[in-house]
Amino acid sequence: MQTLSYVRTEMLPQQPAPLGERGAAKWLRENLFSGPVNTIMTLLALYVIYLIIAAITPWLLNGVWNASSLSECRAIIAAAAGEGASGACWAVINERWHQWLFGFYPQDQYWRPTLAFVLLFVAIAPVLFDRVPKQLLWFTLIYPALCFWLLWGGSVWGPIVAMIGFVVLAIVYRLAQPLIGISPAAGAGVVAAILWWLFLDVPAVNLLAGLADLQLQPVRSSDFGGFLLAITIGVTAISFSLPIGILLALGRQSDMPIVKLLSVGFIEFIRGVPLITLLFTASLLLQYFLPPNTEFDIILRVIILVTLFAAAYLAEVIRGGLAALPRGQYEAADALGLDYWRAQRLIILPQALKISIPSIVSTFIGLFKDTTLVSFVGLLDPLRGVTNVVRADINWKGIYWEPYIYVGALFFIICFGMSRYSMYLEQKLKTDHR
Amino acid sequence: MKTSVFLGTIAASALLAGAASAQATLEAVKARGELICGSNTGLTGFGAPDANGEWKGFDVSLCRALAAAVLGDATKVQFVPTTGETRFTSLASGEVDVLIRNSTWTFTRDTELAFDFVSVNYYDGQGFMVKKDLGVSSAKELDGATVCIQTGTTTELNLADFFKANNMSYTPVNVADDSEAAAQYLAGACDTYTTDASGLAASRATMADAANHIILPEIISKEPLGPVVRHGDNNWGDIVRWTQYALVMAEELGITAANVEEVAASTTNPEVRRLLGLEGDMGVKIGLDNDFAKRAIMAGGNYGEIFEANIGSSTPIGLARGLNALWTQGGLQYAPPFR
Repeated sequence: MQTLSYVRTEMLPQQPAPLGERGAAKWLRENLFSGPVNTIMTLLALYVIYLIIAAITPWLLNGVWNASSLSECRAIIAAAAGEGASGACWAVINERWHQWLFGFYPQDQYWRPTLAFVLLFVAIAPVLFDRVPKQLLWFTLIYPALCFWLLWGGSVWGPIVAMIGFVVLAIVYRLAQPLIGISPAAGAGVVAAILWWLFLDVPAVNLLAGLADLQLQPVRSSDFGGFLLAITIGVTAISFSLPIGILLALGRQSDMPIVKLLSVGFIEFIRGVPLITLLFTASLLLQYFLPPNTEFDIILRVIILVTLFAAAYLAEVIRGGLAALPRGQYEAADALGLDYWRAQRLIILPQALKISIPSIVSTFIGLFKDTTLVSFVGLLDPLRGVTNVVRADINWKGIYWEPYIYVGALFFIICFGMSRYSMYLEQKLKTDHR
Repeated sequence: MKTSVFLGTIAASALLAGAASAQATLEAVKARGELICGSNTGLTGFGAPDANGEWKGFDVSLCRALAAAVLGDATKVQFVPTTGETRFTSLASGEVDVLIRNSTWTFTRDTELAFDFVSVNYYDGQGFMVKKDLGVSSAKELDGATVCIQTGTTTELNLADFFKANNMSYTPVNVADDSEAAAQYLAGACDTYTTDASGLAASRATMADAANHIILPEIISKEPLGPVVRHGDNNWGDIVRWTQYALVMAEELGITAANVEEVAASTTNPEVRRLLGLEGDMGVKIGLDNDFAKRAIMAGGNYGEIFEANIGSSTPIGLARGLNALWTQGGLQYAPPFR
């Protein structure tokens, strides 16, 4: 029997991987320099990045925050960095930032939109997060009236009496629903509410205002601008377009021919027309059809049409979610003996909406950014409207990039926030085992 | 059949609405207690809100003078910003009472669009700006140049006409607005940049190297800019027209915001007395009171004062009076007699 000359009796300690096979070197080799083509691309990309940074950095570093005009900015930059140096003139933001946020809202009333904005988060918290006490939903319901009163001012009774219209709707629905069923009861409720708004609203406001009144200084729609305008239009349109979109999506899938025809017609018409056209309709065409000197607020007109526009898109997004549900879910709902609305509410919509979350949020983000298009109808949106006004000041004429960067950064924060929330919601609602 | 009835109803109601709004602007303004003035979305020197949201500018001052004449208070004006696309519809639909917004008086706008251009408060014209080192001293030497031009404006059409008439060619670089045009021009994207001469002067005044840019002597178009009212409400048109002429007349007669009271107390000149409402009943004839011109002058001064305060040579914009001087000084501002 041959004896082994050497047998290792203990394990060797693990060696670190060779230098070229670990850490940064490996990552660089595999990801950036894995072959001649990739090496060239990497070097080119690095060069381009260098050029961009080299061009922008001095401009940013030379930035001036305190000056009263563009020429003063230039003088400061020339004094600090030498003749011919370029630099950002952030002083324009420093001096006019409030106009990009509030437009021409009276400055001593800035607390009102600010308060409305803070309360907005209180109002949407119970909708967005399930750890928040559900009693807050009552606040969510009265928030639109409160927000309207804070923003536009006037008598406190105006929004309250308008909200009572919805209470009328709810009461009529409650009373009629056991007698005539869900849809006719809802119809009767809407008719009752419209009658309330048409005939009882104004006398009721006058009566109540005569008894006791709480007034805020009224602010005109023409004073709204900047992000105040964008957020007002965006948030209102987003919150109203979702329920309308759901109804349209269900209508499109309905077995009832008239409901289906109306839904399809509405969706296809709105989606077939650019938003700009609808905005021009809101600002120009409606004026011709209404009696002269009718006060139909331009912001309200724009909000209505933007809402309808978003609702048509949302309807198709939600229809996609509905179509993705297996047939068995519908059959299971039927087998349980649920009626149509219960089946939708308890089984179909929760799943369909969950599937559609990314697309719904995309639509919302798009909608929010589309609010800048209102500059075409003479409203002061943050991007073009307010920027144009600021540039019309002889002190700031000639300024170009700074306002865009400022407005772009604010838009990014808001849209990125929405996008992160949608990812959080997807994670939370994930029930499958992928 | 049903459709035609429906369309007929709409047409009829639109006609009725139009008839109702004619002749009624003055009453509507008085009832509202406020003048609604169609304004710019921001044009340097002519109309824009300042840091406090207060509207300032050459066109804005005329709105204020009009409000002072009609309502007795120069602050009772609501300014509605209108874009190039929405301005005429806003006026036609009655959303604004008068449009004082750098609108060029042209044949089709006056006739086809059914407006009245009641007077001219600024005579402008289209010019070119070039860099000095381009070595060009006349617009006729611009053959083959790249031109930064705002799309969808009369300036675009004037440019095409001018180059065609002089048998030259050009390459347009389309831009959306004035600030973009200036940025593109400075970045070297185009050899020359064209817009109204007043706009060029304002842009040049704010450039870091203003001395390196020149505005060529040729003015290639006529741009009479003035207040516009709806066709058919002639009384309102008269009010706007004679308010503007009162300001011009005041400059001619040497009446300023500062001395108007003094002149009114001491003057024996019958023309001054008629203008200031001390004699005759000029204001009553147009549905106002006889002091209307006096109040208009007190609002922001006479025509020359308004010009100097907003766009004149003492401001950074530094426009010369040029065509906008009084007729007695070689310009075109000429008010018909008050009698």
